[in-house]
Amino acid sequence: METNPSRDREGAVSRELTRNSIPIDLIREGERVFRLCNACRYCEGYCAVFPAMERRLTFTEKDLNYLANLCHNCGECYYACPYAPPHEFALNLPRTLAEIRVATYRKYAWPGFLRDLFRRNGLAATAAMVAGPFLFLVAMLVFGAPGTLFSAHGDREGAFYAVLSHSAMTLTFGAASVAVLAALAIGMARFWLEIDEGTCASPNGAALGVAALGQAVWDTLRLRYLEGGGEGCASSDERASHARRWFHHLTFYGFLLCFASTTVAAIYHYVFAWEAPYPFLSAPVLLGTAGGAGLLAGPVGLLWLKRNRNTELTDPKQAGMDFAFLALLFLTSVTGLFLLVLRETRAMGILLGVHLGIVMGLFVAMPYGKFVHATYRFAALLRNAMEKRRSSSEAGKG
Amino acid sequence: MLVAGAGNAALSAAIAARERGASVLVLESAPRDMRGGNSRHTRNLRCLHDGPSGPLTGSYTEDEFWQDLLKVTGGLTNEPLARMTIRRSATCREWMIGHGVRFQSALEGTLHLSRTNAFFLGGGKAVINAYCRAAERIGVEIEYGTEIQELNIEDGVFRTALAVHGDKSREVRARAFVAASGGFQANTEWLAEAWGPAARNFIVRGTPYDQGRILRLLIDCGFRTAGDPAGCHAIAVDARAPRFDGGIVSRVDSITLGIVVNQEARRFYDEGEDLWPKRYAIWGTLIARQPGQIAFSIFDSKSSGKFIPPAFPPVMAPTISELARALSLPPAALEETVAQFNAAVRPGEFDHAVLDNCSTKDLSPPKSHWARRIDTPPFIAYPLRPGITFTYLGVEVNEKAQVVFSGDNVSPNIYAAGEIMSGNILGRGYLAGFGMTIGNVFGRIAGEEAARTGNRE
Repeated sequence: METNPSRDREGAVSRELTRNSIPIDLIREGERVFRLCNACRYCEGYCAVFPAMERRLTFTEKDLNYLANLCHNCGECYYACPYAPPHEFALNLPRTLAEIRVATYRKYAWPGFLRDLFRRNGLAATAAMVAGPFLFLVAMLVFGAPGTLFSAHGDREGAFYAVLSHSAMTLTFGAASVAVLAALAIGMARFWLEIDEGTCASPNGAALGVAALGQAVWDTLRLRYLEGGGEGCASSDERASHARRWFHHLTFYGFLLCFASTTVAAIYHYVFAWEAPYPFLSAPVLLGTAGGAGLLAGPVGLLWLKRNRNTELTDPKQAGMDFAFLALLFLTSVTGLFLLVLRETRAMGILLGVHLGIVMGLFVAMPYGKFVHATYRFAALLRNAMEKRRSSSEAGKG
Repeated sequence: MLVAGAGNAALSAAIAARERGASVLVLESAPRDMRGGNSRHTRNLRCLHDGPSGPLTGSYTEDEFWQDLLKVTGGLTNEPLARMTIRRSATCREWMIGHGVRFQSALEGTLHLSRTNAFFLGGGKAVINAYCRAAERIGVEIEYGTEIQELNIEDGVFRTALAVHGDKSREVRARAFVAASGGFQANTEWLAEAWGPAARNFIVRGTPYDQGRILRLLIDCGFRTAGDPAGCHAIAVDARAPRFDGGIVSRVDSITLGIVVNQEARRFYDEGEDLWPKRYAIWGTLIARQPGQIAFSIFDSKSSGKFIPPAFPPVMAPTISELARALSLPPAALEETVAQFNAAVRPGEFDHAVLDNCSTKDLSPPKSHWARRIDTPPFIAYPLRPGITFTYLGVEVNEKAQVVFSGDNVSPNIYAAGEIMSGNILGRGYLAGFGMTIGNVFGRIAGEEAARTGNRE
């Protein structure tokens, strides 16, 4: 009869992260919060987290890691919670899940020795942001033909490669892509193996996964769980709005358009042997410009919302990580657009170096920063879609 | 116009009055974070509807609604007021939506009341948040942490109120006064008038700010009362729940699955008398009558996970005597009670969803349904205490929400809405979501009438 659901009297639970797993006091806090939430269930209409919680009676570390990554951190449940501080239960689900979430990023990171980059991610990403352009500019100076970096090259085909050879670009970005994709995939696989609990290996498990995939993709593409009851969710304050959803859409689709631009450019290069830079009305430039616009407006909007955010709902230790990722996306776009506008001038070489450096910085920082939320969130949404299908088919049988 | 309280009824009154041109001051005794009275712990609204509507399925007619009310109150209701409330309940949902309240779609979750009740998205605190935003937007002034300690009433006419905020107090003058400050369930001394010292062991599920001060002031002024004066709605809650404000999570739903013993380890009531939703509201009172106002729900691992998981961890032990020691019960007595119960269990087909045929024979008190031997470790227990949800006593009102004093006279400018008058309609018993209906219907009437009073003067 000794276990009280109230927080210890000192208030905050110690948050020190242990080396490579979720800190035990954080798991205890998550278990306490969900035990109370599951006895209440008033929030069940808000998002996927609560119905997923209701499918469980107990909350192990695996459950918490899954539910934490399913949470989009909107804050609706906090404002609706009669047990939020100053109530003695002091429930703060958004912050608790934010803390567990970043602990899962550390836990599943690969290679393991790089997981500490999540500890001081703001600093690490800033270092990548500075080191990327610096290294590219140095390389261009050292390996480029004398004077090419600072002279104008006009708009002719292959102008970029006069400053840095195509093979050097391909080699550096190719190698980085392989490493980054491997790190992201391994992290995601580690997370999936833990939360899947053998479902995929069970009879019909794989079929269930494939059937749920469409739902998970759709939930991701429209950010379904930031829609609230249709009016959107809390973002800066308790008022429901679609602002965060739309700024995230701008960022996400901006990012995808930039990626599409690069892909089309690669096809032009290898299939048609057309060399960059491409005309202003070509597909790569149009896609890249549209994507760049999204990557300007989206991150700025998200930063603005973050500035006005109720700090009770967030984990202050993650502010640097969030800011650094948005800043890298924004700088990718700014440098890319400057390069586009000034590519016929003498500034082209420097701008190209800076842009490539920022993109490289964004790239290598991806598996060890805020970007990973995309992979874990998607995995959690897939798991959620599978669970929903399974419980509705079981209910159908019953 | 002055409004006491900031729950569903109070804010409905404030908004309705402001929309009719009154200038409105709301005084809430709780701080901002704890505002909203018992409304913060509510979940849904019971409302009349002819056919499927929004989150509501099927239809819920006036007659069925009235019969439901008659059944739970045993006739302790005012039929004209009740029928008026029931008819107007059809408009509540739309009014609430118009003031920012969101409802949960019927298809989601595990709701069993979607025909009669519309569920708030996020529950009652989200409703209060929406109301406060709507009220502030149109210029209603809300002052938190401010309690009305005195009412200056002359011949049934409200003149001024003494508002106290911290160590500052001031006289507030208003043309009309709406009392919407709830019942007295958090006032232990008042409860002790009916329950004696046992009241000190009650747990209050709702807000600690429902002290019943306005109710007491109005009664002392000679206004007539309505509703069972000693009664309160009380259920079995976890004995480890906080003294106040534990709300929904403090309830324990395991009673029908096992046995319930008192601190002498003796059973005292048929745990399987009827389906749990029909019986859960009697257990608060049953436990209140036991020594020390404490009881223990005891079952075994067969029943684990078969009820809504409670907020508190179970007490578990591999043997009955160890369980008794963990609960500070006499081990020999508990072993004897369990053995007697097990011996009396007749074979049957267990089905918790219906009144099954698992009962006891020659046991006093019997267990009429869901009786299964308690024999599979680990043995599990939850300690229980009476948990008060609300009290019934209120002031009598007419159909204009005006309070009534002796000789059927009504006050020209004092109105009441919400739990402070719901005893007129729900004199005893419980009907889920009906308190919110009464609060919204009478809150709006009180606000509209009060605004009219102000305009006339």
